[in-house]
Amino acid sequence: MSRYYTEDHEWIDVDGETATVGITDYAQSQLGDIVFAEVPATGATLKKGGDAAVVESVKAASDVYAPVSGVVTEGNDALEGDPALVNSDPEGEGWFFKLTLSDTSELDTLMDAAAYKAFVDGL
Amino acid sequence: MNAINQSGWKPEMVGEGRHDVKTYTGNKALMLEEPLIFEIGNNSTTGVDLAVSPKVISRLGNLERHRDIALPGLSEPEAVRHYTRLSRQNYAIDLGFFPLGSCTMKHNPRLNEKVARMAGFADVHPMQPIETVQGALAVINELAVWLIELTGMHGVAMTPKAGAHGELCGILCIKAALEARGDKRSVILVPESAHGTNPATAAFAGFSVENIPATSEGRVDLAALKSRLGPDVAGVMITNPNTCGLFERDMKAISDAVHAAGGYVYCDGANFNAIVGRVRPGDLGIDAMHINLHKTFSTPHGGGGPGSGPVVLSEALSPFGPLPFTERHADGHFSLVEEETAGERHPHSFGRMTAFHGQMGMFTRALSYIMSHGADGLRQVAEDAVLNANYILRSLEDVLDAPFAHSGPCMHEALFSDDGMAEGFSTLDIAKGLIDEGYHPMTVYFPLVVHGAMLVEPTETESKATLDQFIGALRSVAERAKAGDPLLKSAPHHAPRRRLDETQAARKPILVWREPEQAVAAE
Repeated sequence: MSRYYTEDHEWIDVDGETATVGITDYAQSQLGDIVFAEVPATGATLKKGGDAAVVESVKAASDVYAPVSGVVTEGNDALEGDPALVNSDPEGEGWFFKLTLSDTSELDTLMDAAAYKAFVDGL
Repeated sequence: MNAINQSGWKPEMVGEGRHDVKTYTGNKALMLEEPLIFEIGNNSTTGVDLAVSPKVISRLGNLERHRDIALPGLSEPEAVRHYTRLSRQNYAIDLGFFPLGSCTMKHNPRLNEKVARMAGFADVHPMQPIETVQGALAVINELAVWLIELTGMHGVAMTPKAGAHGELCGILCIKAALEARGDKRSVILVPESAHGTNPATAAFAGFSVENIPATSEGRVDLAALKSRLGPDVAGVMITNPNTCGLFERDMKAISDAVHAAGGYVYCDGANFNAIVGRVRPGDLGIDAMHINLHKTFSTPHGGGGPGSGPVVLSEALSPFGPLPFTERHADGHFSLVEEETAGERHPHSFGRMTAFHGQMGMFTRALSYIMSHGADGLRQVAEDAVLNANYILRSLEDVLDAPFAHSGPCMHEALFSDDGMAEGFSTLDIAKGLIDEGYHPMTVYFPLVVHGAMLVEPTETESKATLDQFIGALRSVAERAKAGDPLLKSAPHHAPRRRLDETQAARKPILVWREPEQAVAAE
């Protein structure tokens, strides 16, 4: 399993054709206390870079974009009752959705952990 | 000696502002504690004498309510006092300076109110025979003429009822124009510096939305915009002046590029107050723009009145505008173009957005504002709004980070970020500190392109003395944030309530009042 990152601060864990997506620790720290999260419905078709989910904090509402194209297999229902999971464990229990990848070559455009760290340090 | 206080007695000032001096009522002199209306009202009493209702045969099929609906019963003075006391805990434009600016409320000239209350305007009904409301129609028509003249556009839709409603009207005109030529364009481009309602409007109208980045200057990246244009792009929605408080100086080039690619240009005109009388959007190639009468033309909104968002349209989009609209005949008589006559007079209209003619009460106020200022006065409105904002920007840029100060003069808004504050201090602390200073905070955490944004719009009506006092207060609070004053972290100290838990309020909102025993049972 390998983890990739986007410039919009999503992370994606890829295991073969399936993947899990969430927002990074940096993203949650910038958003502040998360008060609402909306995850995509199972079966939804996502396009790389398109709107996938919504996250709202006390400061702002933001879209979560799809790091790659694919079909949603599961949304994290736990976020509905406990959006604070995104703050407490953004890159674990606070995941947003799982999907089946439609084009694994899209992963080539994403960053690895070292590249993302350098990207965030430069912000 | 003629002094009133000849004894030399001075009032005891010890304990001023102290929270440990308790009162029996919880009130602090004129600062009153006010419970909820449900807590002061009594379910078994009523403020009015109601006749016992006659026995009637129920036709509700056992659906009638048997339980008491538990409305709080208050006498008229109790009800009046309740709401008057609550209003005293509120901050209002009639109490003091509002750095949120016209976005929330600017001064509402009292002349407008006087005019709007004239019986011929205030006591008419939209379904009255048209011959009996000629004066009201003349007001709508005269205002329409002014808006067209001030914007250099071809036509105007007067009916939209607020800014976002106006955006929808403009986007529906674009959609209708595309459909009329059988063009299936589906993408609306929205720059990062646009109002948040713009992408929402485009999505609501069925378009997909794509972002265009901002430059380090805080303006639309023209090269990025041009490279995205193509046969699938229906148009762009640009806020000008934008949310960074800057004029989009490439506007004409943007319009030309969009038109050359076959798209239309929507301009969010919410910030028209910064350019009215100075710039005509029609000269910049704009196809549709809403005008917030409740911003630029000083009509009340928020708690005080409804918004109103007429949309000016280019020659290309005017045929598609909504019904109804006023028409002036050669003999000075006014009529309305509605569905009955639209087939002949306005066959391409996309339809109707409102039941009637629009916000009549706002039309009279806006026309009163326009006519009392005149063209030269409106020009001065824009100049003073911009001058006041730049005075704030330049007076505070040494103590607050102003990310676009290098981009030249701002328009009607000065934008600051939270850069340079002590560890752990943020924009929120500055906002709370301003409450203690007696100000409503400015817009915070918007626009998103700036970290910890603070957006100050003073508006044109404020004097230099008012601005100087506010600048002094904000400077003092900003210096405390830079120095890491722990007392600022727990501000406000002097408000009726201290710092509220906004996170908990959003995560676990209590939206329904319950009697205490019910509330316990529901836990």
